[in-house]
Parts: sequence; structure tokens; C-alpha cells
Amino acid sequence: MSSREQVAGAPRTLAEKVWNAHVVREGSGEGGARQPDLIYIDLHLIHEVTSPQAFEGLRLANRPLRRPDLTIATEDHNTPTLEIDKPIADLTSRTQIDTLRNNCAEFGVRLHSLGDKEQGIVHVVGPQLGLTQPGVTVVCGDSHTSTHGAFGALAFGIGTSEVEHVMATQTLSLKPFKTMGINVEGTLRPGVTSKDIILAIIAKVGTGGGQGYVLEYRGSAIRALSMEARMTICNMSIEAGARAGMVAPDQTTFDYLEGRPHAPQGEDWDAAVEYWKTLRTDDDAVFDAEVTIDADELEPFVTWGTNPGQGVSLSQSVPAPEDFEDENARAACERALDYMDLTAGTPMKDIRVDTVFLGSCTNSRMEDLRTAADIIRGREKDPDIRMIVVPGSARVRLEAEAEGLDQVFKDFGAEWRFAGCSMCLGMNPDQLEEGERCASTSNRNFEGRQGKGGRTHLVSPLVAAATAVRGTLSSPSDLDPVDGAAAVAA
Amino acid sequence: MEKITTHTGVGVPLRQSDVDTDQIIPAVYLKRITRTGFDDALFARWRKDPNFVLNQEAYSAGSVLVAGQDFGTGSSREHAVWALKDYGFRAVLSSRFGDIFRGNSGKQGLVAAQVAQGDIELIWKELDNHPGTTVTVDLASRTVTCGSIVAPFEIDDYTRWRLMEGLDDIGLTLQHEQDVTDYEATRPSWKPKTLPAKLS
Repeated sequence: MSSREQVAGAPRTLAEKVWNAHVVREGSGEGGARQPDLIYIDLHLIHEVTSPQAFEGLRLANRPLRRPDLTIATEDHNTPTLEIDKPIADLTSRTQIDTLRNNCAEFGVRLHSLGDKEQGIVHVVGPQLGLTQPGVTVVCGDSHTSTHGAFGALAFGIGTSEVEHVMATQTLSLKPFKTMGINVEGTLRPGVTSKDIILAIIAKVGTGGGQGYVLEYRGSAIRALSMEARMTICNMSIEAGARAGMVAPDQTTFDYLEGRPHAPQGEDWDAAVEYWKTLRTDDDAVFDAEVTIDADELEPFVTWGTNPGQGVSLSQSVPAPEDFEDENARAACERALDYMDLTAGTPMKDIRVDTVFLGSCTNSRMEDLRTAADIIRGREKDPDIRMIVVPGSARVRLEAEAEGLDQVFKDFGAEWRFAGCSMCLGMNPDQLEEGERCASTSNRNFEGRQGKGGRTHLVSPLVAAATAVRGTLSSPSDLDPVDGAAAVAA
Repeated sequence: MEKITTHTGVGVPLRQSDVDTDQIIPAVYLKRITRTGFDDALFARWRKDPNFVLNQEAYSAGSVLVAGQDFGTGSSREHAVWALKDYGFRAVLSSRFGDIFRGNSGKQGLVAAQVAQGDIELIWKELDNHPGTTVTVDLASRTVTCGSIVAPFEIDDYTRWRLMEGLDDIGLTLQHEQDVTDYEATRPSWKPKTLPAKLS
């Protein structure tokens, strides 16, 4: 998406429009020798894990943080989800949190600390405050920054060197991305969610297929999704190898934003909406690649292996290495089956799990908690299942409690925790035991991701809830009807 | 950053695809607040297996990792690059890299050389047949050499130039600070600001 190649009025994709609007300085040169563009960053999100070395770099070079007013920090990766009023027991975690607090104080960065009403997972906090808006550029030292693309923002994860670069200059040197249109047409069946859409996309594109691309999710099935569901899809763009995923803003986006603390107001709101309405891929624009998914055909989707591309429909069976033509895929399957302790041909629904985790920046917002609560209300948890529910932010937790969802989870026998990344990556005490199997609404099923030797199946909140009832990977349609519980046919 | 034009060191075959950054460095090691001292964390879980390639004597001095496709996918943790460098690696060869990992490598002076899968497999065979063989990664000619194998690699021109000149990105950008200031003057007033804080 070279801005130089854009003739005035030439059709452009959404990603190209946002990119072009942020070029501070075009890179010189042509083709492979072209230097990167200097891109302005509208919003920089910070957390405790990837920032300490960047702050230290500023200090060593005696550089200020250029725009504290475009920067916001929260504590999420390391924070405990129990007894948050006590000092953090793990000393290295406590040191890292203290370091963030000291750095934010020194450089004038707004910080929402553990215990604060706005604390939570960085990708839940930004949208909830209304800071994530259409057409802005958002970065964070976290690969799931792609979440914010649900608003039509260009949002992507960066490494710590780039975090320091943004702190010092409010820009990044970037080579233009290629664009990939992902067309999802049709209507989802009951019990099928945006999590199933994205897991199916990753299985189709592969974990590396999106490398170098910005994905744009479009089509009637995407337009019909809520903002929270769109965030789930964009969140996992990185699992297809793409740094960013986007959805064009529309009335659903504007309705979500209006009235949020940092959304524009009055005349500013009108001016912003007028601009936001231009943020769509022009009819004649051409993507560098396109993929089509039939929403009508989708079923609940789950992973069987150790990367997010290793997934199948829940009604299918664990594949065999011979099912793959590519030699690398075959070897990866073999290794994954061994790690996951699964036998080829086993129906996915026969797989028994030990733990159900409902949380993470992928699925920890109000809609996720509500849909899961609707499934379990009036039902009994499988007695051998441990279920942990971790709201994405302190505010989500408060809202859920105001609706009585916490009581639904507690009555069911689930643990109702404080907000944070928790068992998604196991940096805090919330980890799987060696050999433990988990149905998880998070985003990565990598070896040991949720704890050393732990085995992860990625699932939607609906599948997570149904699995907690039955003890084996299940969809809501597998459950017996119960008075007062949601009837879901799939 | 130290200038790097060419590097020769023992090649280490990592015959596996989809090596994500959680494998390169598990999350429990990310709690440190320093930029160095991550050598013990590199492939921490796999290193407990005595058969893991880094535990084999022939590769103990390894500094060029020859990996399968899709190396460095997943998390943005730059700690993955720090751990590889702290352990002693100066270059990684793969037929495809995770975007963020490749970017992070370029910032830290680790050469991420994209080599065709067919050539990766030839190098694996050479290293298996003659453990301890060195691999030369030459940025000037954009070639890797291992025994009689000479293969081209891809790396973008800008990263190559910065590696060869040992240039600091922030310093380069700050030469254009006036452009940033000029751009800021054009930003609409309704763009989001985090300060003053507004709470719901």
C-alpha cells in the first residue's frame, strides 16, 4: 500500500486509507530498495511485561517520552486474579509491576493499576474507554493489539525496541503491508460464534498465510456481528500470521462508541463520524489476496493440536498425520498428537478435559460472559471439571456483577476471578498442571502456553460452557434442555 | 548496535516448523526487567530433554540456527531475540519468519535470513552428516554457505543496511523530528487523547 502509487481518487482499501492518513514521511527508493515510511501512532498502549527495557532505553539516552497524552498503561499480564488487595506474592512479578508504576510516574504516563476500576487486559481497556476509534493507528508491545482493528483502526503488536521508538518519537518506521480481503458471507447458525469464524479462517489460511498482510474481514456475516464479536475475530489475526486485522466501521461501531468516556462529543462527534464513514474499502479497490468463507456452513470449531491452525469442526475427529500432504504439516501433526496425548480418529466430542478457562483478550467481555452464563444457568457442572472465569477488566467484572452473572457462575461451581490475562499465558499463578487438559477461550494452544506440560483446546465461550457441563468437548446443542437455560439448536 | 557484515559459526539444525516465541522463551521468563541475561531461558522447556539439539556436544558452540518454516510466530516478545543473542546465536535461517520476530531481530542485530525450504533441507543434511560444520551468513552478498552449499537468502534492503551500518532506529527517526512536529499540527482535534483522564 505505497502512498506514492496512489493516484488522486484511485480506489483504495480500508487499510491503505488509514495508512496514507498517517504517513509523516515517505520512504525514498523503489521496489525492494525502498526505505520504510515513517508512520504516526495515535495511541500507544503499555503494560508491565514489554515496557521496562524501553523505559530504561529512554533513560539511558536521556530522551523524554514524546506524547504522554497519547499513551496509557495498565497492569494485566502478571497480575494475580485472587486476593488482589494483598501484595503480589511472586517477587519477580511484583518487581515488574512496581517498575511499571515507577516508570509511569517518572514519565507522566496514565496508569490503571490493580484495584483500579479501569484496570484490565490492555485490549479490553482501550475500547471500553472509547480510546480505540475508527481510523486511528494503535500499537502495543503485545501481538494481540490486532484486536483494536475491529473499529477500523490499524492496530498491531510491536517489540520492545519499537515500544521505545514510539515512546521517543510517536512514530514507527514501517514497510507498507500487503492487503488480504477475507469475505465471510451468509448467516451463522445458532451456537456458532465469531470465535468459530476466526478458528476456521486460521485453519484455512494457516499460521503463516497472513504474514506480511493486513487482513480485512468483510461480508454479510461480519456486518451482522457486534463490536465484541468483531474484536474476537480481529484479536486472532496474528494467529494467521498477520500483524493486523480490520473491520470497516459502521453504525454498529458508532453506536458502541457514542457516549464512552474518550469518544468525541458534540460537534467533534459529528466531524468524526463524517470522516469515519469514509473508512471503507472502495468498490473498485483490489486486495493483494482474497479468501472466502461460507458462514452458512460453519459449525463450532475447536483445535486439536499445538498451533491455532490445527483445528477442526467439533463434530469431526482428530486427524492423522497421513491426512496431510505437506511433509512439514505431517511432522507437525505427529508431534502435536504426541504432545496432546491424542489418537488419530478419536471424535473431538469424546475428548475429556480437566479445566475450562473463560477469559483472555479474545473472549472476556460482557457478551462472552453473558452467552456462557446463559448456557450454564440452571445446569450442573461436571463434578471433575475446574472452571475459571476471568473477566477482561475490572469494569467488565463490575458490570457482570450488576447483572448477577457472577452468581450464575458461582452457583454452577465456577471460580469468579479478578481481571487480567491469567491462564491465557500463565505468567501469574493461574496455570495448568503438567498433563492437564483445558478447553480455553483464549488464543494460543502452543506447547506449555498455559503451564508447563498443559494441553490446550481453543474453543468459543459457548463450547467452553457446554464442555463444563458435560466434561467432554461439547456444543450447546449436545446439552439436554433445562428450564430457564438457553435453548440452542445447532 | 554493533555492525555486522558477515558471520561464520557452527550451524545448529532445528528440524521443526512452527517454532513459536512461547517455545523460544516461555512466558515465565518474561518477568525480568533487564535486556540481557536470558541465555538460560532459550528453549527452556526443550533443553530439559537430553536429546534436544542444543544439548549435543557437536553443537555446543553453535551460533547459526537453521530452523524449519514459520520460525518466531506468535507473541511479540522481543525477549525471544534477546535469548537467542544471549545464548550466542548471531543468525537464524528459516524459509518463513513471524513478522514481529523478524522485525525485532533487525532491531537487535540478529540476522533473520530467509532461505528457500529446499536449501534449508540441504543444509540440515550437511549438518547431520558432519555435525559441527560452520555456516557463513554474508549480508554483503546475501548468501549462506555450508560446506559445498551456497544458497541465496532474502532480507529487506533497509534492515540489511541498518545491520551493516550498525544504526540506531530512534536516532535515524529523530533526524526527521520536524516532519513529526509538522504532521502533529495537522491532526484533527477530536483524535483521542489519554490525558486528561476521563472515567465512566
